Amino acid sequence: MSLMGTRVVRIEDQKLITSGGVYVDDLREPLLNGAAHAVFVRSPLAHARILGVDASAAREAPGVVAVFTAADLDITKDDDPRMEPWLAGEKVRYVGEPVALVLTDHRYQLADAAELVDVDYDPLPAVIGFDAAINGDTLLFDGTDGNVVQRNGGPFDDATFDGCETVVTHTIVNQRVAPAPLETRGASCAWGEDGRVTAWLSTQNAQIGRGSIAAGLGVDPALVRVVAPDVGGGFGAKIGAPDEAVVLAWAAKRIGRGVRWTETRSENLTAMTHGRAQRQVITIGGRRDGTVEAFRLHVEQDLGAYARAAFLPTLTELMASGVYHFPVVETESIAVCTTTTPIGAYRGAGRPEATAAVERAMDLFAAEIGMDPAEVRRINFIRPEEFPFTTGSGANYDTGEYAAVLDKVLAAARYPELRAEQAKRRESGDVVALGIGVSTYVEITGGDASGESGRVDINPDGTVTAYTGSSPHGQGLATTLVMLLSDRLGIPMDRITLRYGDTDEVPKAVGTFGSRSLQLGGSAVAQAADQVIERARELAADLLEASPDDIELNLADGVWQVRGAAGAGTVSWSSVAERADPPLSEDVWFADGKPTFPFGAHVAVVEVDTATGKVRVRRMVAGDDAGPVVNPLTFRGQRHGGLAQGVAQALLEIMDYDEDGNPVTATLADYSFITAPELPDFELVDSETPTTRNLLGVKGIGEAATIGSTPAVQSAVVDALAHLGVRHVDMPATPQRVWQAINDAKEAV
Amino acid sequence: MKVNIEINGRATAEEVEDRTLLVHYIRDVVGLTGTNVGCDTTSCGACTVLLDGESVKSCTMLAAQADGHAVTTVEGLGANGELHPVQRAFREQHGLQCGFCTPGMMMASVSLLNENPKPSRDEVRAALEGNLCRCTGYHNIVSAVMDASVQEVEG
Repeated sequence: MSLMGTRVVRIEDQKLITSGGVYVDDLREPLLNGAAHAVFVRSPLAHARILGVDASAAREAPGVVAVFTAADLDITKDDDPRMEPWLAGEKVRYVGEPVALVLTDHRYQLADAAELVDVDYDPLPAVIGFDAAINGDTLLFDGTDGNVVQRNGGPFDDATFDGCETVVTHTIVNQRVAPAPLETRGASCAWGEDGRVTAWLSTQNAQIGRGSIAAGLGVDPALVRVVAPDVGGGFGAKIGAPDEAVVLAWAAKRIGRGVRWTETRSENLTAMTHGRAQRQVITIGGRRDGTVEAFRLHVEQDLGAYARAAFLPTLTELMASGVYHFPVVETESIAVCTTTTPIGAYRGAGRPEATAAVERAMDLFAAEIGMDPAEVRRINFIRPEEFPFTTGSGANYDTGEYAAVLDKVLAAARYPELRAEQAKRRESGDVVALGIGVSTYVEITGGDASGESGRVDINPDGTVTAYTGSSPHGQGLATTLVMLLSDRLGIPMDRITLRYGDTDEVPKAVGTFGSRSLQLGGSAVAQAADQVIERARELAADLLEASPDDIELNLADGVWQVRGAAGAGTVSWSSVAERADPPLSEDVWFADGKPTFPFGAHVAVVEVDTATGKVRVRRMVAGDDAGPVVNPLTFRGQRHGGLAQGVAQALLEIMDYDEDGNPVTATLADYSFITAPELPDFELVDSETPTTRNLLGVKGIGEAATIGSTPAVQSAVVDALAHLGVRHVDMPATPQRVWQAINDAKEAV
Repeated sequence: MKVNIEINGRATAEEVEDRTLLVHYIRDVVGLTGTNVGCDTTSCGACTVLLDGESVKSCTMLAAQADGHAVTTVEGLGANGELHPVQRAFREQHGLQCGFCTPGMMMASVSLLNENPKPSRDEVRAALEGNLCRCTGYHNIVSAVMDASVQEVEG
């Protein structure tokens, strides 16, 4: 029986539940014996000129091995005026920017010594918010003509909405949030006697990290080994190697000793990239029968101090029209730098912002024409027979059953009953209002389309060693890939070992981000397995003295036999592998995979206390379609986690700054990281629509539920207050904001 | 100063700096790295261990305060090669993904079940409020605790 689609508990778990994972800070590698501990001295100011750094007292402090500042570094970067320095030497541009590196013998000496590094700052005005960035009174980078670093799309056609019966426009904010993986960033680096450096990184992409470290140090990549040990969550914020890792690798060479670095949580909340941070203007126009005729999206992307993620608004524009067949779609974006933590990828990376915009627009349009929001969506969906479908913003969607998944989710939610309960509460004047939020979404996974590596070796003892370029770090992908291999090869899962995350073992790879791993990494190992099977067929044919055309792999028993003559004898994988010369190993680069477009529908049900503004999430009903499901256990797990992060952004989480650029939510005591009692049990609806764009027919599921749930919850809050005249509440819909929205609506009457 | 702390049934006696936190004693002095540090504000619970059978956040306690007491970490949860029911349930219910919060989450769950052997799903959620997880959305963690308490998993 095939393992595909069956519930398989994870092979990853035994270690994690008994001795715990081996994360960067847990490593006891011989190369790290006697390693120094590292801490970065970081800017306490949002924007300042550095007049001088005096590290002399720190260098004399107990246990201090070395203190390095920008002046000590002999590694360079491109001569771009907007370049992000390894360590800030002339200017700091956000609270948390690294200024110096302190190395000590013992962990507890770090904070004491770092305190003694005396940095003389001359404060400059902070640049906080889009307006301050765009008006350019204060420049982040001397010698540039402004803080705008990228403009895409536009200009808009003045006549776009001419002839529309209804046009609605609104400015909305998709707030800055912290990825906050439970394991903060960490790196350990040590040089061996062979002249090579090994860097253990908490990363989603060891191979990209190796490239960054080699380039940063100016050495041949062959001299750099990067290892991703167990990684305690990434969510897009651990792609490749952070600049800190390059500085640490450099420092390890300089002091002739290994170095170990783990940032604190409070450090992490300003020094690791943040996500989202867009302001959008949405305009939607159409007929009163519910047909949308034009949609316009203007995006302002706050990139933070350095333009690490200028691709984000581009992705938002690409996915602007969502699941809808709008005759006209117009987008433009402007990306700016501000004196805040740099923005990077975070679960969804550009697509949640697109979905939030278009879903808010659909709700505003529905409210304006007095139509049920689910019905307005249904009227405007791209129909199944229209696929493949190229949107007005240029995305080429593969497959979709948008109405079908919405109908399933509405049925599971018992939507008419919810509307009836809502009406009853409104009639009775219940202080606790019921809100029902509907969102439908499509997103893009494997959008980089740059392929992935996979290798399968059949060992002479009949076991399998497989290598993937993907980099599982919690998703359960190791189990999923081993299931795929077992299913194809007819070899039990416990005889298959999967290797990943070490550049010496897997030299060429992209790794994990953008929900790409199963569709690209999975296809790669599957393709390698298929090639192994074809070679093995020839070898088995020799052993069985038959034509390869007559040889079949008996998957149930994991043996080779002559078709229709099972009694005539079999040969094992072991026999085949023993005969193979060269060894039975296939190494592939799966390059055929094109982006895929998972989709779904979510219903959020919330109760809003209109006296206090407090929101309670009562139900989350989610249908997420990512094609055929390999392992429903981990597939559902990905959706659960995604749902939680969506609810978190909609209701709780924000990385906020005061006007001077001081972060005000920079500890876990201040940042509203979502907790168990703030979430309901999740209700999941199944839907599987395959794609034609990779070997397995699968789409990515890592980010989908975050993309769908965020606008559903926001919409539910607004819906709860619709009868009070509220049309929009920005995220996070905190009690204060909800109460304010109710109050503003009252005053407007 | 010198501390005597029993860890997972084994006596340890080590000289430490006065300011040594219990979690660093466990991790760096004794060398048991299953217990993790996830924050610096006693918010995340990744470092949760049992002190004389009750859950404590080991980042918020000095090793000196544990002097003369017995500590249980994730490494001491199972016995004789057998998984503890909470460990088995976390695996069976997919109550973990990246695994970083898991040791602390399991120790908090053990403590919860000692106090309330048959909790409702809502009671589990309330009891685990001080333990953060970024991966699972908590749903399957709640299911794991229900499973470990030999109750219907879906409330």
